[in-house]
Amino acid sequence: MMRRAVLQAAATTAMTASVFLAACGGNKPPVAKPLPPPPSPPETTASSRPPLPPEPVPEPVVPPEPLRDDAIRSGSIDDINRNSPLKPVFFDYDSADLSPAAKTALDENAGVLKKYGTWVLTIEGHCDERGTPEYNLALGERRAVAARTYLVALGVAADRLRTVSYGKEFPFDPGKDEAAWAKNRRAHFVITAAK
Amino acid sequence: MTKILVPSLALFAGLALSAQQPPTSPPASRQPSDLDVVISSGDIGAAPRFAVPDFIALSSVARSGAPDTETADAARTIARVLWDDLNFEREFALIPRDVYKTIPAATSITDVPFDRWRELNADGVVIGTVQKTDTGVRVEVRLFNVRSGQSAFNMEYSGSIANVRVYAHTIADDIHKTQRNLRGVARTRLTFNSDRDGERLSGTVENRGSKEIYISDYDGENQRRMTVNRDLNNTSVWSPDGRSIAYVSWRRGPPNIFISNIYSGLAPQDLTKSIGNNWTPVFSPDGTRIAFSSNRDGNPEIYVMNKDGSNVRRLTNHPGNDITPTWSPSGTQIAFTSSRGGDAEIYVMGADGIGIQRVTNGYSDRPTWSPAPFNEIAFAARTGPGNDIRVVDLATRQVRQLTFGEGTNESPAFAPNGRHIAFNSTRSGKEQVFTIARDGKDLRQITRTGNNKQPHWSN
Repeated sequence: MMRRAVLQAAATTAMTASVFLAACGGNKPPVAKPLPPPPSPPETTASSRPPLPPEPVPEPVVPPEPLRDDAIRSGSIDDINRNSPLKPVFFDYDSADLSPAAKTALDENAGVLKKYGTWVLTIEGHCDERGTPEYNLALGERRAVAARTYLVALGVAADRLRTVSYGKEFPFDPGKDEAAWAKNRRAHFVITAAK
Repeated sequence: MTKILVPSLALFAGLALSAQQPPTSPPASRQPSDLDVVISSGDIGAAPRFAVPDFIALSSVARSGAPDTETADAARTIARVLWDDLNFEREFALIPRDVYKTIPAATSITDVPFDRWRELNADGVVIGTVQKTDTGVRVEVRLFNVRSGQSAFNMEYSGSIANVRVYAHTIADDIHKTQRNLRGVARTRLTFNSDRDGERLSGTVENRGSKEIYISDYDGENQRRMTVNRDLNNTSVWSPDGRSIAYVSWRRGPPNIFISNIYSGLAPQDLTKSIGNNWTPVFSPDGTRIAFSSNRDGNPEIYVMNKDGSNVRRLTNHPGNDITPTWSPSGTQIAFTSSRGGDAEIYVMGADGIGIQRVTNGYSDRPTWSPAPFNEIAFAARTGPGNDIRVVDLATRQVRQLTFGEGTNESPAFAPNGRHIAFNSTRSGKEQVFTIARDGKDLRQITRTGNNKQPHWSN
């Protein structure tokens, strides 16, 4: 039921966007043809080469798109994530290596995951703003995978742990100093299913 | 072959024709020599000085009397946009419009006051008319050689009056082609991602705003949202034919590569189907394949697939991070970012993955290969606290820099004629898309609302 409602909302958004685009007006392409030279200058030397017709510029169409499949969460999972017992793991600049502090945090997280054996997680990899956005997608993934690999080695089932990199797209602290950057270089744990 | 199409059918008929037509060849009868038609400067070596006064608004074909406001607005808009379009390539020295506001406006194509334009030392003047017709609008343009009074360019354009900027863009491209044998970019477009809608991402506890894919004209006009999934979307790129955009979307959780056929109305197509994380797609120059990065085999590597997602082939095999590929214009080589040497650096390899060579020296990312005849790669380089845009010439390995620490500057993309680069910069506060000429001059801000990143330029 809820899922249908969300999809309908998405479709409505898309339709609104389409209507808006349509209202922006027909962006019809002009058609070109060569003219004869003008009559007044007696010795006109006009280019009579026929041009290609201008490129058509049609209106783009925005089709409806479904929202993210896991958009519907029970309130209880959101509550758990809001006060999550799973600690984020922080990294050095341009590094996906696990520091002693990072391993301590992961040891504790492994204990929590053994206690709550039904939890399924997404481990998000994040980067600070200094690296470039494209490379940070790869770096964030390495951070998430490093945390996942360590947890699996501690006995957490691999199929409970998904990874996703957000690069530097979602900083936790928008600041422009080392204190902010340090918070943003992290693997962040999100519970996506719990029974 | 029909030259004049009914405007309401032009959209579809034009598409069908342009796909099948052989190139039109000039008529054999009368070939004017270059000397006749190319306007040069009176000063040898200098750019010809051009003026583009407001076009002449004519009364409608159907009604006598004064032309209506819409026609008058169109006449002004076309001239101003054309001035900007011609100025963009810097092949002509555009005389500032203020300088000639005292010159009486021509009332028809036949009463151009050439003596007054000669006084301004103009070499060429573009005179145009705009007239409403039964079906839309007709725009006539002539480019006069001011010294001889002869016309070097005579064209008529007809179609809808809905977006008259298209007329200016088409005229500019035609003038660049006929006068300078230059492929102008006035009809090209940009794509980029933007958080301007401020919609909250679904399914996260943290307050995260969506980033959606946008397109715009090359000059930033007509900005349009192309995705509506309220999630993270980025690294959008045009297909070579300009009909599709490939991009990465997190709408299913992990990042996947999608294609939107933006004029079809069909839902976007998921090419990677959550097999690993997938990033940074880019079409091959012939449009048949897509190079991208994926960690499907364990860590980020470069892959190639057909544009329908089939026939995935892995090109790199190294424990470092390999990401953000770009094709050489011939499609025989691929450059990409890799951390295989420690820092992120730009490497070049054959399109089969053989013969990997490093081409940068220091943290570098997002290579973008220039179109021919240039043989260059633009990239973002760590230059201090932030990044700057640099260009390496692949023949000489010489590196030049286009930005110098004005904010941080990232994600360059070449224009299809190689004479301009789009990138994003924080120099004005938030992340915004800019364009800059290949020599570092003529910086233009393209976006102003929200944060806008990772531009890519259409053909």
